[in-house]
Amino acid sequence: MTTEAKIKPKVAFFDFTSCEGCQLNKLNLENDLLDILEHIDIVEFREAMDDKAEEYDIAFIEGSISTPSCVERIHDIRRRSKMLIALGACATQGGINAMKNLHPIEEVRETVYGDDKYLFPTLPAMPISAIVKVDYKIDGCPMSMPEFLKVLKSLLAGQEPIKPDSAVCVECKLKENECVFDKGMVCLGPITRGGCDAICPSFGQFCTGCRGLISNPNKNAMLEILTEHGISLDEAKKRILLFNSYDHSQSLPK
Amino acid sequence: MSKNLDINIHHLTRVEGHGNIVVNMRDGKLERAELEIVEAMRYFEAMLKGRSFHEAAIITSRICGICALGHQMTSLKATEDALGLEISKQTLLLRKLLVNGATLQSNILHVYFLVAPDLLGAPSVFPLIPTHKEVILRALRMKRLANDIGDIVSGRAVHPITPVPGGFTRIPTVGELTGIKRKLIEEGLPDVKETVETIKSLAGVIPNFTRETEYISLKHKDEYALYDGDIYSSDTGAKDVHDYMEMTNEFVVPHSTSKHAKHNRTSYMVGALARWNNNYDQMTELSQAAAKELGLTPKTYNPYFNSVAQVVECAHCIEDSIKIIDQLLADGLKDEKPNQTPTKYGRGVGSTEVPRGILYHEYEYDRRGNIVYANCVIPTGQNLANIDDDMKKLVPEIIEKPKEDIIKHLEMLVRAYDPCISCSVHMLNVEFINED
Repeated sequence: MTTEAKIKPKVAFFDFTSCEGCQLNKLNLENDLLDILEHIDIVEFREAMDDKAEEYDIAFIEGSISTPSCVERIHDIRRRSKMLIALGACATQGGINAMKNLHPIEEVRETVYGDDKYLFPTLPAMPISAIVKVDYKIDGCPMSMPEFLKVLKSLLAGQEPIKPDSAVCVECKLKENECVFDKGMVCLGPITRGGCDAICPSFGQFCTGCRGLISNPNKNAMLEILTEHGISLDEAKKRILLFNSYDHSQSLPK
Repeated sequence: MSKNLDINIHHLTRVEGHGNIVVNMRDGKLERAELEIVEAMRYFEAMLKGRSFHEAAIITSRICGICALGHQMTSLKATEDALGLEISKQTLLLRKLLVNGATLQSNILHVYFLVAPDLLGAPSVFPLIPTHKEVILRALRMKRLANDIGDIVSGRAVHPITPVPGGFTRIPTVGELTGIKRKLIEEGLPDVKETVETIKSLAGVIPNFTRETEYISLKHKDEYALYDGDIYSSDTGAKDVHDYMEMTNEFVVPHSTSKHAKHNRTSYMVGALARWNNNYDQMTELSQAAAKELGLTPKTYNPYFNSVAQVVECAHCIEDSIKIIDQLLADGLKDEKPNQTPTKYGRGVGSTEVPRGILYHEYEYDRRGNIVYANCVIPTGQNLANIDDDMKKLVPEIIEKPKEDIIKHLEMLVRAYDPCISCSVHMLNVEFINED
């Protein structure tokens, strides 16, 4: 190796309304972290560093848009980014945050801040793509780290990453797990987008739908299966909306 | 002297969440010293309304990626209290093991990645990789070990999968637990001793500032309280967790989307230093030795030493985890199903020591097992008034220093609390405007 510096892509991480778990998850790549840093130049990552930069080759965005200042900030970042990638359910589909949209906004503000609700402006929670163009989405709550690495490698190699579009149920069957329904629970695996290697059912838990729904979900059949397994229609709808309120609250049967 | 000073640090770095530090001094008189919390509001309490007891912990773990396990444990305890669900001894031990893992992972992250750059005069951990490679590799190894506990016992360290009301959806195997134990002994113990040496060599850079305050944490009669206990105040003594509101007295202030709290004085402190001050005599031998080595004496009133208390806790978590695994293996692992048959429907409170301090969740359930009321009181929110009070004492003490030093002291102070702003909103920006 000579001392000649390789030109590495300038990468930045930004967080909006979220738990910041997806960013943290990257620091949990302990075994790969140093290797990754040989191929990219992290120029901005507020949670871990002081530095700031003007332009980015790749901007990774975590979190939902939920205040007027979020809207300004995301426009500014988009202007300065060649490629913008949404990380995790809050950014890709509104995620848990969008559940607040199911309640009247005044009631939501009052529940938490009481008479002081007017101190803090708020908007319905939205995914990043509701405001600016998003080049690629990495789903999940939290996002899956193997998927993040795969996408990063594709991008560094100049290839279009492949978006998974088969159901969690398919991945679960391939792993030969005992069906969650047979254990007396209800599960969203049949209509949820895979790519997570069915991690929750593999650990004995039901699928929560955190990766969003596949592109042609049969929601009516899903509701029927859920109600056949002992929960009310109302509860079944709420279960689907846990992570999918933004995209699907209008399209479920009344 | 007629000193004017205006500091406004916008979006403080190396903290979880968004906050600003604002300080104004006019003619030598301090007008304002505040940590503004500008994180967007999350409204979790409103989102929980109408949700089933199966979903409560799944939702609240998403309050925070760092404290996900802590929120989950606290949520499960509140639900179990409200629905009258008993848990087994095995469930209790596995949960305590998870709490140790999460505390270790969070403390390592904070001390090595967020605080150490200050002590070494670097803007982040990344430029330290070539110059301090061994230390960084050790930090990554310790974080991996902590996350292994989470990954193996709960399926995933961030937003854990297996802990549910009444138990676990999957029990780890003997082989998995033995594997963790081996790593704790072979890597964890030597690494934590090296960590103590590293922090000791940097301790001289920690600012010398003291302000005695009220310290609030859990306290347990038999053990160093992390998973369970009564609420304990260094001023007023013990209280049942169901009376938590008498301790927290939350109120809204205009400069923060996170609520503030106070009890016996204008502010109180929670977190590793509060736990140390209230319960130091219950820590393991290795952690007592580490404390001695690092100059952490019982009743330490320097808030910057919160990070030192975190290092001492790492030693505790490693030693205690070995003990818990021994106990689980000695008892024999049982393939238990979670106990999810409610015996009542009412109000319940859960409280756990998460890395940043004492956390409370309270829920009320209707007869279908759906939430009608929820309240979460977050450690960072409880510390905010204390941080403001620290800044009010600190700024006049360091006012003769150059502006850059003052900013650094303020940033380091806020970071020492390891604030978790995503959690508390329900952080930091320093601006100096006209300085003479």
